[in-house]
Amino acid sequence: MYLYIIKRVLLVIPTLIGAAALVFLLMRLIPGDVCVIRLGSSGGTFDPKAVALCHQELGMNRPIWVQFFDFMWGIVRFDFGTSMWSGKPVTTEIWARLPVSLEIALLGSVLATVIAIPLGTLSALRQNSWLDVFVRVFAIGGIATPSFWLGIISLLIVLDLTSFFLGAAWMPPIDYVPFFEDPIRNLSMVLLPAITIGYRYSAITMRMTRSTMLEVMREDYIRTARAKGLIHKLIINRHALKNAMLPVVTLIGIEFAFLIGGLVVTEQVFNLNGVGRLFVQAVQNQDYTLTQALVMMTVVVFVFCNLVVDLLYAWLDPRIRYS
Amino acid sequence: MPALLEIQNLHTEFRTGAGTIHAVDGITYSVNAGETVAIVGESGSGKSVGALSILRLIPDPPGRITQGTVLFGGRDLMTLTEEQMRQVRGSEIGMVFQEPMTSLNPVLTIGRQITETLEQHRGVDRATAQKRAVELVGLVGIADPIRRLKQYPHQLSGGMRQRIMIAIALACDPKLIIADEPTTALDVTIQAQILELMKDLTHRLGIALIIITHNLGVVARYANRVNVMYAGRIVESGPARAIYHTPRHPYTIALLRSVPRLDRPRQARLDPVEGQPPDLTRLDAGCSFRPRCRFAIAACAASRPRLEATSNPGQSAACFRADELASLTGTNEAALAGAPA
Repeated sequence: MYLYIIKRVLLVIPTLIGAAALVFLLMRLIPGDVCVIRLGSSGGTFDPKAVALCHQELGMNRPIWVQFFDFMWGIVRFDFGTSMWSGKPVTTEIWARLPVSLEIALLGSVLATVIAIPLGTLSALRQNSWLDVFVRVFAIGGIATPSFWLGIISLLIVLDLTSFFLGAAWMPPIDYVPFFEDPIRNLSMVLLPAITIGYRYSAITMRMTRSTMLEVMREDYIRTARAKGLIHKLIINRHALKNAMLPVVTLIGIEFAFLIGGLVVTEQVFNLNGVGRLFVQAVQNQDYTLTQALVMMTVVVFVFCNLVVDLLYAWLDPRIRYS
Repeated sequence: MPALLEIQNLHTEFRTGAGTIHAVDGITYSVNAGETVAIVGESGSGKSVGALSILRLIPDPPGRITQGTVLFGGRDLMTLTEEQMRQVRGSEIGMVFQEPMTSLNPVLTIGRQITETLEQHRGVDRATAQKRAVELVGLVGIADPIRRLKQYPHQLSGGMRQRIMIAIALACDPKLIIADEPTTALDVTIQAQILELMKDLTHRLGIALIIITHNLGVVARYANRVNVMYAGRIVESGPARAIYHTPRHPYTIALLRSVPRLDRPRQARLDPVEGQPPDLTRLDAGCSFRPRCRFAIAACAASRPRLEATSNPGQSAACFRADELASLTGTNEAALAGAPA
């Protein structure tokens, strides 16, 4: 078991190196660069000398392999440099935006899981009942509805309802306040986006829970549990759920990792200053250092989530733990 | 003394897209306390469904028990509430399934799977249940019980897992154990061990046993009485010895002839039961074995023979020509003379 964990953790290193090399190369394959964009933003012609000076300032005139090793050496020291666009340290830029994205992702995941697992289970246990039909329609809706549309609609609903009942339209605040400073203000900001992303997330999780639960309930060991005369609750909680959760855990882990870097549209709709938006800006500005750092962060989150999923798997399934 | 278990006119059907399957079509038999009764038949004859129906473990839908009474210790199990039925399962009637590889929960320890039955039915605390589990695992012949209880099913061999299943069935001192093809999935050498263990334990503890099998060797060695099933019905019933030596139903005769024999020359060809089992959604009014029967007469197409007493005491058969068969198959006795008794 410990060997398994060590192996899993060591595997992270080549993954990170590969991802770093890939993003470094891909960024430089895009035509133009940050200096051209910066100087040409007014639309007029620009002085090639100014571009050369800018390249020199940013160290982009050095041979490409020197730049690459500089980047890699920086990663090793957790030094991601300064943003080529804003000139501020990359870590400062990311830290300023990470809390809101992380909170929405976490809240969305928790909401989704808390709704999806019980509903998916009930839906499987009462297959073809009205509850099951409702859950299935709800889930299909969640998969089919684009989150930006859902975001806009939910904002409109809040606007209309508040102006109807309170007389004045209310909008969620747009500046982020940490939860522990002002919980109500914080939640009123992140709750809607969390629900918006949580809906799709819970829809997928619900469907997965339902189908694995249906499968597990047909297993021989469930029949054994019934033949032993166990009460229904015990059969479900102890015998069925633990087995059915295996694929669901994988899904939750991957979806969560996806949320950290993939909230671009939702952040746009709710006008949130989060990581997803920063990502888009960084790519548009061809801000190499910032994009590289963001990609590395996303990779680390993915790798970490996968690691957690694998460990959870081992905890849930003794067949993995002892092999 | 009344029988421990009395099944009367039990019907179980499955509703499928292709029509209603009468998997169990009116079976009647009884099991006395401490007795071993075998239910024999080919795949799809309704033997397993019949056994699962006793405990009302038929998945519904598509399955349903439509008729019949199952008197167990004087109570009709079919009229109990689900909660009362739950208290019978695992406590008064234990069950051992065919597939030891999949019948134990892979994510729970062996110990937990034994103790939970005890905690459920006996209301004992964990420590007491644990003590009893150690005892049970020892009883089914597993060495080093304390270590084994901490293990998971995948760490045990098929034979061991089946021993664990037996331990679970025994946990609450049941009066009856139903074993649904308990050895089919095991190696031949292990089969014998498991059967000997079940025979020994049920005799020693005075537990009645219903053993469902398609293996006639098992029947001969372990059962007191035998019910032969075909197409959802019992076609012949009687003491194991009588069924072997003087079978009175053509299907039983065919079954006995299809058993490979090591004590006969190799040149002798196997004599399989010709034809296919009938489609249970399309049974006509006649005898369902008729299309495969060498002895069929006109009467067999007109109506279905009932299970009736033959000239042999204690033996009944559902065949119009049951009493004639002895003379019609004169060579049968000789051919079967070597059969184990």
